[in-house]
Amino acid sequence: MKLTLVTGLTGLILLATIVELLRRRQLREKYGMLWLGVLVIVIPLSLFPRLLDNVAGFFGVVSGVSLVLFLGIVFLLLVCVHLSWEVSALEEETRTLAEDFALLRAQIDAERAARLAQDAQLTAANRDELVSHDG
Amino acid sequence: MVNGKRVLIIIPALNESGSIADVVGEVRGELPGVDVLVVDDGSTDRTAAVAAAAGARVAKLPYNLGVGGAMRLGYRYARDNDYDVAIQIDADGQHDPRYVPKLVDLLDDNDLVIGARFAGEGDYSVRGPRRWAMVMLSGVLSRVAKTRLTDTTSGFRAANRRVIEMFAGWYPAEYLGDTVETLVHTARRGYRIRQVPVAMRKRMAGTPSHSPAKAMIYLGRAFAVLTLALIRR
Ligand SMILES: Nc1nc2c(ncn2[C@@H]2O[C@H](COP(=O)(O)OP(=O)(O)OP(=O)(O)O)[C@@H](O)[C@H]2O)c(=O)[nH]1
Ligand SMILES: [Mg+2]
Repeated sequence: MKLTLVTGLTGLILLATIVELLRRRQLREKYGMLWLGVLVIVIPLSLFPRLLDNVAGFFGVVSGVSLVLFLGIVFLLLVCVHLSWEVSALEEETRTLAEDFALLRAQIDAERAARLAQDAQLTAANRDELVSHDG
Repeated sequence: MVNGKRVLIIIPALNESGSIADVVGEVRGELPGVDVLVVDDGSTDRTAAVAAAAGARVAKLPYNLGVGGAMRLGYRYARDNDYDVAIQIDADGQHDPRYVPKLVDLLDDNDLVIGARFAGEGDYSVRGPRRWAMVMLSGVLSRVAKTRLTDTTSGFRAANRRVIEMFAGWYPAEYLGDTVETLVHTARRGYRIRQVPVAMRKRMAGTPSHSPAKAMIYLGRAFAVLTLALIRR
């Protein structure tokens, strides 16, 4: 009974956390939905751990709890792989952005240098004109 | 202009303020009429300012991307500004710009030309696991590229328009990707690769990036990178 209380409470706290994160828009919907889906499965299981015993027996697993543990680990592994994949994609995107940014900055620098050179030329020309008028 | 071709020299640099001015100066002195682009890869010293003062164009990345990241930026610049040839040179002064015309000449019949140590000229030697790694890399890559390659990790290379176009869209930023993987990729797509012997000099300033203790790890990583490159599409 105590165990059910602990697991059930944990599930509910997780659920509240996810909902709150979604509410504050700190979690992209696709991830929020994923974890909500997981919790919808996990919370009933945490309250009634025997729920899956029949299914477990069918697969030759002695207790439903073992089956849940096994599936949980596989699922978490998949999620980690997916996140690594997302991070790789993000790194590629930020890399492209960094390159674009550096190219733009180089272009702006070049244009400014050209303008400065032109200005310097103009002022030099003006000065020459003044000098010749004086003389 | 070198032999009637518009040439861009791309110099990837990370904290090389001690040597970059001399390198840029030497390139501009030896090769009048070529443009120099220094890609400052998030240096914490005055590399960008020093390079600009020496007369180079400078593209400054907001943070460190590695040599591969810096080089793709360089190739994009070369493509966007319509250069015929893009040549990579190290910022530490190890590559002698007087070899550049030779590399450019060879681009008439090749797509990618590599300036290679250990190919007869100069006296640059390496021992231990680092050497085994180089032997393994050159053995496999020579076979893939169907030409003799003795210095596959050389950062002295010249690319023609076709290769510039390819590298501008695809250039790995991973460790050794900029050398080993690009060679596999380029050879597999039917581009002709050639190496020319060059003498390498000692770096002018700063610290070398490899210590003897890292040689064994280097061998392992080289093997992993090569295997991955070979099984990729
Ligand atoms: N863009 C960029 N350039 C780098 C980075 N690390 C090194 N470089 C540059 O790459 C070139 C080669 O680096 P080195 O440290 O000389 O490597 P190496 O020539 O293979 O080895 P040693 O000279 O023997 O130490 C130099 O021009 C460096 O400034 C980096 O993270 N980003
Ligand atoms: Mg070097």
